[in-house]
Amino acid sequence: MAKVTVDGIVVEVPNGSNVLQACEAAGKEIPRFCYHERLSVAGNCRMCLVEIEKAPPKPFASCAYPVADGMVVHTDSPMVRKARRGVMEFLLINHPLDCPICDQGGECDLQDQAVGYGGDSSRYTENKRAVKDKNLGPLVKTVMTRCIQCTRCIRFATEIAGVPELGATARGESMEVGTYVEKALTSELSGNLIDICPVGALTSKPYAFVARPWELKKTDGIDALDAVGANIRIDSRGPEVLRILPRLNEDVNEEWLGDKSRFSVDGLKRRRLDACWVRRDGKLHKATWLEAFDAIAGKLHGLDGSRIGAVAGNLADAESMLALKELFSALGSENLDCRQDGAATDVSRRDFYTFNTSIAGIEDADALLLIGSNPRHEAPLINARIRKRTQAGKFPVGAIGPAAELTYPVEWLGDAPSVLAALLDGSHPFAKVLAAAKKPMIVLGQGALARPDGLSVLAAAWKLAGVVGALLPDWHGFNVLHTAAARVGALDLHFLPGPNGKPLPAMLGGGVDLLWLLGADEFDTTKIGANTFVVYQGHHGDAGAARADVILPGAAYTEKNGTYVNTEGRVQRSLLAVYPPGEAREDWKILRAFSERVGKTLPYDTIEALRARLEQVNPVFARIDILPRFGISDTTGPSGDPAGLGAAPFVPAVRNYYQTDPISRASPTMAECTATYRTALAVAAE
Amino acid sequence: MADAHADGDDLTQPTHFAFDAQSEAEIPGILAKYPPARQASAVIPLLYVVQKQMQRTTASRWVPRAAMDVVAARLGMAPIRVYEVATFYFMFNTRPVGKFHLQLCTTTPCWLRGSDEVVAACKKATGITQFGETSADGMFTMTEVECVGACVNAPILQVNDDFYEDMDAALTLELIEALRRSEIPAPGSMIGRQTSAPVGGPTTLLDSTPAE
Repeated sequence: MAKVTVDGIVVEVPNGSNVLQACEAAGKEIPRFCYHERLSVAGNCRMCLVEIEKAPPKPFASCAYPVADGMVVHTDSPMVRKARRGVMEFLLINHPLDCPICDQGGECDLQDQAVGYGGDSSRYTENKRAVKDKNLGPLVKTVMTRCIQCTRCIRFATEIAGVPELGATARGESMEVGTYVEKALTSELSGNLIDICPVGALTSKPYAFVARPWELKKTDGIDALDAVGANIRIDSRGPEVLRILPRLNEDVNEEWLGDKSRFSVDGLKRRRLDACWVRRDGKLHKATWLEAFDAIAGKLHGLDGSRIGAVAGNLADAESMLALKELFSALGSENLDCRQDGAATDVSRRDFYTFNTSIAGIEDADALLLIGSNPRHEAPLINARIRKRTQAGKFPVGAIGPAAELTYPVEWLGDAPSVLAALLDGSHPFAKVLAAAKKPMIVLGQGALARPDGLSVLAAAWKLAGVVGALLPDWHGFNVLHTAAARVGALDLHFLPGPNGKPLPAMLGGGVDLLWLLGADEFDTTKIGANTFVVYQGHHGDAGAARADVILPGAAYTEKNGTYVNTEGRVQRSLLAVYPPGEAREDWKILRAFSERVGKTLPYDTIEALRARLEQVNPVFARIDILPRFGISDTTGPSGDPAGLGAAPFVPAVRNYYQTDPISRASPTMAECTATYRTALAVAAE
Repeated sequence: MADAHADGDDLTQPTHFAFDAQSEAEIPGILAKYPPARQASAVIPLLYVVQKQMQRTTASRWVPRAAMDVVAARLGMAPIRVYEVATFYFMFNTRPVGKFHLQLCTTTPCWLRGSDEVVAACKKATGITQFGETSADGMFTMTEVECVGACVNAPILQVNDDFYEDMDAALTLELIEALRRSEIPAPGSMIGRQTSAPVGGPTTLLDSTPAE
C-alpha cells in the first residue's frame, strides 16, 4: 500500500494504482475523457492533469502516472486549473458547437466539463476540421466531427468486445477513428460504445433525436430478453419506453449490456395486444375482459383437470407463473410446462439447472469446457466475462459444438456427443487439460439439453465435472446456461408436469382440450390439436396469439413489477416503468381476476401477498439480488444415464441472436440487425 | 497531403495480393528479428516489402488494402492495426503513385534554403498543380514530406528511395528531365560536394598535414 496525500487528505491505495485512482479514493473528482476503469490506459486526452509535489514542475496526467509512497498531489491548484483550461481549449478547437442538435446534450462529459474549465469565448478563428461520418451498422450513429479522439471506442472494441475492427487511421489533423474499410461492427455489445463515448460522436441510431435525458423517467429494471438478468435502467417519457441503458452490477453485467437487450425497445410499441380478443366463427373479435373470461370459463366448464394444460413462456415473471400454476392446481390440472424447447431437466436439486460458478466466478476459473453452447449469441455478457478471463491469460477453453467465432481462442473438439464420452473416459487430450486445472468449469448450453438424449448429456456433463475435479467443497464448476429469462424461476416453482401430468409435447396434438399459453411463442403452434381451445395471455401478437381462441392482453417486462431468476439462480426484481397499453394488465392480476370468475379465487390480492406466497413455495425467492458463492459436498448426479448419449451433433440453441422472442421479433431495429448481419450469421451457422 | 491518406473510397483496389518469390525470400530474415509472440513488430518492414514488390511489378510504390490484409494475416494481427500503421506513416502510399515519387521536404531548414523554388520547379516540369497529384503521363507523383533528416544538404528532393541534395530550380528541372528519359542520376549532393562537407571545399584544418 502507498500513502498518498491528495489536497491534504491522506489515503492509502494499493501499489500500482495510478494517481487518478488515489484522487478518487480521496473523494476528489478528476475530469477525464480517455480514462475508463475497465479499459487500458491511453493517457491521450490530458484532461486529468494534476500537480505533484517534489516532481518536475509540470502538470501530470494522473491516469497514467503511478503512485509512490509519500506522494503529495494537488488537484485544484492554480497550475492544475490553468493546465486543464488549456487542454479544454485545445479540445474545443475542432469540436463543433452543435450541442443544441446533439443527442449527447445533457449527458455529455465534454459539455459538463466545459462548464468547469471552458473559456467564455473562443480564441480560434481558423476553420474547424470536419470528418466524414462512418457507417458502423444499424445501431451506432456516428458524427465523427464531434470526436475528440479519446480512443475509448477503439479500446472497448479491441479489449472488451473482442472485435478489433475500430482503429485510428492517419495522423495529426487527418486522424480519424473508424474501421477504414467501411463495415458494420460485428459485435453483440456495440451499443456500449454509445455509453463509453464521452461526447456525441457515437450515439444511438434508433434513439436519434427522440428525447433529452432530463425529460426521462428512470426506472430500475431487469432485462428479460436473455437469461443473464442484466440490470437495466428503463428510460421512459409518458406511456412510452424510449431507451434502455445498463445499470452497474459487478456480479452480473458490470456496466455493459447486449445489443438485443438495449435496442429491442421499439418492439415494445409494435404488434401489441392491447385489448381482449375472442374467436367467433373462425375470426378474432374484440371483446371486453368479462366476455373473454366468460368464453374461457364456458369452455372450462365440465372439463376434467387432466384435459387442460398451461405453458409458461420465456419472458414470464415468477409472480404470474406461480399464479398460473396455482390456478391450474385449483382446477385439478398437473399439465404444466415451461420448457418450450423440450430441454431436459432434473429439478431435484437446484444446482442441476443453474449456472453455479456464478458469472463473476468465471474470473476465478482456470479452464472451461462449453458443451452445445454459443455464449456469444446465448448470453453476450457472459461471453464478455469469459473473454475477460481469457485476456488475463492461462485459461484454456474447449468447446463441443459447431465451430464459431466467440471473440477468444477456443479449441473446437468436435460437435458430436462422442467427444463428451471420450472426455469422460479420459481418452481425449482435453480431459487432461481439465483435470490439470484447479477450478475447471463446464458450461452446458440449452442446445445440448433440448434433445432426446438431453438427460444423458446432463448426467454425462455432471459426471465429467466430478471426474475432472470441478465439484469441490469450495468450487462448483457445473453450469447450465439458460437462454430464457423465465426458465430458472419456472424450474424453481416446479412449473413442470406433475406425477400424472403431461409435458408440452403430450399436450399438443389434442392431448388437452384447453391450453393456456402465458406468453409462450417459442414452439411450433401448428402442432396444437385442431380442437384444442387456446388461451393466449401475453403482450405481443406472435405465434401464440395467432393460434389463440381467446387473447388476454398482458404486460411486457417493462410494464410490470416482476421477479426474475437469472441463469445463476439470482433472484432480481424489476420495477414497472410504464403502464401496459390499452386494456392490458399485469399478468398476475389477470390470473387473479380470472380465478375469481371460475370460483377458484387465488389467495392474494396484492403483489406483496403474492410474493409472500412465492417465498413460501420456494425460499430462494426471499433472497433478492444476493447470491453467495457456493461449493458442493454431495456430488450425486442428476437422473439420466451418462452412457446413453445419442449420435446427433450438438447445435446451439440460439440461431439468430437478434430475434429470439416476441419483443425482439416485433422490433424494426432488430429486424435491421438481422438483415445486416445475416451473412455473418449464415457463415457462423455453417 | 490529406488526400494521400484518405481511405481511398474512390479508388479501385486490387482484390488480390500475394508476396512474390523475391519478397518471400526477404521475409524470414525480417521475422527472425522479433521473438515469436512479438511478430507484429515486423509490420513496418513487411509493408516496405509490399511497397517494393509493387514497384517491381506495377512500377508504382504503394500498399493496396489487400496487401495490408495479407500482412495482417502473416503477422497474426487484426487488419485494422495494419491499416493504422500504413496510414500513419507518410512513407507508405495507400494509393497508387507515379513511377517516380517526388517527396519534397518543406520543413524549416529546407524551406530556408529554397524548397519553395524546388517545389515550383517540380510543378513546372511535371505539370502537377498541387501536392498529392500525379502527372498526366503517370510518371511523377509529388508529395510534401516532413523533415527527412538531411538538413545539412537542404533542400532535399527524395525520389523513391534516393535523396537528391542541395537542389535548386535548375537542378530540379534537369533531374526531372533525366528521370523522364528513364535515366537515374547518381543520388547525393547535386553540386558536387562531398557528403555534408562545406560547400566550396574545406574551411578548417587547411594547413594541417597528415600525421607522419
